[in-house]
Amino acid sequence: MAAPPTAIEQSAPSETGASANVIVFENVSIAFEGKTVLDGISFHLERGETKAILGIAGSGKSTILKLSLGLMRPDDGHIYVLGDDVTQMREDDLFELRRKIGMVFQESALFDSLTVRENVAFRLLEEGHVSEGAIEEPVREALSFVELENTVDKFPSELSGGMRRRVAIARAIITHPEILLYDSPTGGLDPVTSTTIIELIVKQRDVYKTSSLLVTHRIQDTFMMATHYFDRKVNKMLPLPKGARGEVPMTFLILRDGKIIFDGDVNQLVHSKDEYLKEFIS
Amino acid sequence: MELISPTEFAKETVNSVQDYFLLATQSVANLFRKPRYFADMIQQADLIGFGSLPIIVLTGLSIGAELALNSANTLERFGSLSLIGQLVSVGMVRELGPIITGLMVAGRNASGMASELGSMVVTEQIDAMRALGTDPMKKLVTPRVIATTVMLFFLTIISDLLGLFGGAMVSVLLFGLDWHQYWDTAYQTLVFQDVFMGLMKPLFFGFIIATIGCYYGTTARGGTQGVGRATTQAVVASSVLILIVDLFITKFLMAVFAYR
Repeated sequence: MAAPPTAIEQSAPSETGASANVIVFENVSIAFEGKTVLDGISFHLERGETKAILGIAGSGKSTILKLSLGLMRPDDGHIYVLGDDVTQMREDDLFELRRKIGMVFQESALFDSLTVRENVAFRLLEEGHVSEGAIEEPVREALSFVELENTVDKFPSELSGGMRRRVAIARAIITHPEILLYDSPTGGLDPVTSTTIIELIVKQRDVYKTSSLLVTHRIQDTFMMATHYFDRKVNKMLPLPKGARGEVPMTFLILRDGKIIFDGDVNQLVHSKDEYLKEFIS
Repeated sequence: MELISPTEFAKETVNSVQDYFLLATQSVANLFRKPRYFADMIQQADLIGFGSLPIIVLTGLSIGAELALNSANTLERFGSLSLIGQLVSVGMVRELGPIITGLMVAGRNASGMASELGSMVVTEQIDAMRALGTDPMKKLVTPRVIATTVMLFFLTIISDLLGLFGGAMVSVLLFGLDWHQYWDTAYQTLVFQDVFMGLMKPLFFGFIIATIGCYYGTTARGGTQGVGRATTQAVVASSVLILIVDLFITKFLMAVFAYR
């Protein structure tokens, strides 16, 4: 069933309050070698929402994802992920939390000594709930989602850049995580492959409605996400009718000099009077 | 090259030493915490132990043969050529076997670990592993430390035996010594303290090789150049540390056993 577009004038039904937020940043600051990268930023990601984080190179976009996963600790502030304050958690407890989150890394970060099957099944095998024989079905399912079923026995080095990103997406979604984090999933890819990756992200967003943070510097990708929906009937990403918006809320967060200068939807962004934002989206 | 202030250098050194000890402690503590990666330990034992066998066979044989060849000249002058087995035996078992095996394995495996883990760091594979809910310390470091420590113990025994065999070949073929006499003196001269000392050392050396290799690997920064640097540093640091620790262990055990 396709995600039906809703009229933009109607207010989309969404929960409010802290329980509806899967990620909350509260006055988070971090600096590297004396250079402030994030300066007291606060924002939240609601359950089911997809938020695109934009900014110039070095603006701290990827740092936000790593902070959300507890891979880095902020110098100041608190980060709540699924209700837990990751800034206060021990590394052992973080491993438990991270199992509920999927992440697609900038350069895929596939384990190069493992086959595609082993990469995709890594989390299942590590959790130890399934035998080696029982992983075949979820692996096939995850790979069929990214349309790469025929690569199970290949090594990452035998795949193209776009295929590696797709395998990384399959690895991230195999356990149906509650949150997905995408770190520049289309970075360094040609336009056609980028569209394929965006289509997969839109498919994941509209089919599983997983809360997601997507970091990118390609504004065109995020506009495509905001103006398209995935139609399951035809198994394709289609443009939303004019004046309509997708079932899943999609918002934008733009960083500049360590601060958030915009947090809102595509409509607010394109109608913004801010000169920097106008230039940024032009 | 950027100059660094002495205070900054001291801070960095103390930090590095602290991080190394943290890694070394955790690598052992993880043995008592689940999950334990026995399959990875076996795989590493195969790579480190069986993989190092050819180089250990060659060095063991040649060191034993060279020891016999060099000492025979001196012993012959005093008419004590029959003591050659004794000299090779004590030299190999107590000192040369462990140290040569340690240095060879350090050259082969500390570099391998540093480059493998370093590459994983710079390509974000370590972060990906953490993001997937797996502790890289448990999955990557502990199996390597345990495997290296255990396998170096057995590799040293093999090296000792082959060194003795190399010495025997030289003694019999070049100096006409009796085969049985060689092995008899070699065996009779060894006491418990010699064997204990010779087999204690590889346990320390194995631990040093793996922890140093893993430390430099997991702290590699700066792309492929950083990985190359980490690899070189791992070999140098582990080799130097083996030599220093060897000196202290030897002195300590000699004092403990009130050595002759």
